[in-house]
Amino acid sequence: MFSYCSDPDALSGLSWLSCYLTTGKHMAFYRAFGTVLLLLAITAPTALAFGFFGARAARSRFAPLRWVGKIYISIVRGVPDIAFFLFFVIALDQAFEWLRHQVKCPDWNEPIRQGNDFVVCQIAKLPLGTAPQWVHETYGFFLAVLTFAIVFGAFAANILFGAMNTVPRAQIETAEAYGMNRKQAFWRVLVPQMWVYALPGLSNLWMVLIKATPLLFLLGVEDIVYWARELGGSKTARFTDYPHGDWRMWYFLALLVFYLGFTKISEMVLDRLMTRLTRGQATMGGEAQRKAAA
Amino acid sequence: MKKLTLSTALLALTASFAMAGSHSVVRMGTEGAYPPYNFINDDGEVDGFERELGDELCKRAELTCEWVTNEWDSIIPNLVSGNYDTIIAGMSITDERDEVIDFTQNYIPPEASAYVALSEDADLMGVIASQTSTIQSGYVAESGATLLEFATGDEIIAAVRSGEADAAFFQGSFLAPIVEESDDLVFVGEPVALGGGVGVGVRESDGELKAKFDAAIDTMKADGTLNELLIKWFGADQNTF
Repeated sequence: MFSYCSDPDALSGLSWLSCYLTTGKHMAFYRAFGTVLLLLAITAPTALAFGFFGARAARSRFAPLRWVGKIYISIVRGVPDIAFFLFFVIALDQAFEWLRHQVKCPDWNEPIRQGNDFVVCQIAKLPLGTAPQWVHETYGFFLAVLTFAIVFGAFAANILFGAMNTVPRAQIETAEAYGMNRKQAFWRVLVPQMWVYALPGLSNLWMVLIKATPLLFLLGVEDIVYWARELGGSKTARFTDYPHGDWRMWYFLALLVFYLGFTKISEMVLDRLMTRLTRGQATMGGEAQRKAAA
Repeated sequence: MKKLTLSTALLALTASFAMAGSHSVVRMGTEGAYPPYNFINDDGEVDGFERELGDELCKRAELTCEWVTNEWDSIIPNLVSGNYDTIIAGMSITDERDEVIDFTQNYIPPEASAYVALSEDADLMGVIASQTSTIQSGYVAESGATLLEFATGDEIIAAVRSGEADAAFFQGSFLAPIVEESDDLVFVGEPVALGGGVGVGVRESDGELKAKFDAAIDTMKADGTLNELLIKWFGADQNTF
């Protein structure tokens, strides 16, 4: 990166370190932090949407829809995350490819499962075999997002289901007395009020989600844990310009600081959000705010 | 209009038939944590003996190749489910693996595995570290010693240094540069020859690709370029063809 980096053997101290920390491999490590943040930024709203629909389904008056909601919540909550992470990524990928295969290659006469092999026609491959590497990586990333959203959505659904049922019945009755129909009462009265009951549970979920991001590594996405392990491992001078011993401890320490810092910032933001949501609510927190203001 | 749609559909169909079966891009799966076979260099690229060999094989077989890395643990499952088309990751040809996938002829002759420890009198029947699902870990399990498995070669060396394991048992050519540069590790006991050499792993249903790589390896063996590569990456003591 810097001009003086052309001969690392001659360097020492800080200048060596500055060259070492700016190799292409380290840049990939820094980009991986972006990957993790991007995953969180996309997964959190998606999981919340999954949760919202799950909760609405579970409260539905239409029995089959209610069953779907309840089954989704209880199955996903009951199975270890890691089993789902390993299952979904392979199953979703093969399901997508199988569907595309049925549509695009109706004349294919060989079996799809040949012994251990899963063989679909070339144009049904997802992404296409000809696609550049970044398409494969993006596809893997979105499979990961979808898996995270399905798993965390079930937990969010249970939290929102509880929160919707916690909003005092009197509030809905008042809305009905004003002549609102069920839909209006739901969107205008219940939804704005439920967040204060949901937030403690959702903030827990957010913290767990942050800490679950190293699972990306299991899904084949090269995340910060992968790079920390790869960069920290001892290197001999034959294969790198920057030989060093086993430095995994330092790299994992950096990850520890990153995760602690990130969860601390999240806590501060969530606290402010809670204060905002409590305003005007018929809860102890809301009552305390009213008294403080008076 | 209808005719136009029909003919486009037909055209698309025939085009897809031409594509099906033949590989336009061959995705080369490797581990990236196994120098000198394959590793990630300072620029973050796949490098090593197998990178150079693979690129040459692809050139000779007139294939466009792309490199991908995958965890060693799941390298075979991801091949059979079609995430990449070959395994070129220092994988020894064994009967167990041959039941699941196919191998081309070997591009590295059968080579010795060796024990490494902190002292000459280490207990080779004690706790021995090796990488998960390798030919060496299988050997340790059968030898009667206590097997301690790790996900990467790097971790088995760390286990020996920390005293967690009495010795490590692994491919000699991986251990040699590490022992050479360290002031604490030594080779212990006699090297053991295992397996049928290293070959390119392909899906059993992918006979065409296997044939192409076999032919390319043949030409490299015939004109001596394979031996040159072996000596360049593994040193003058390396067994050649």
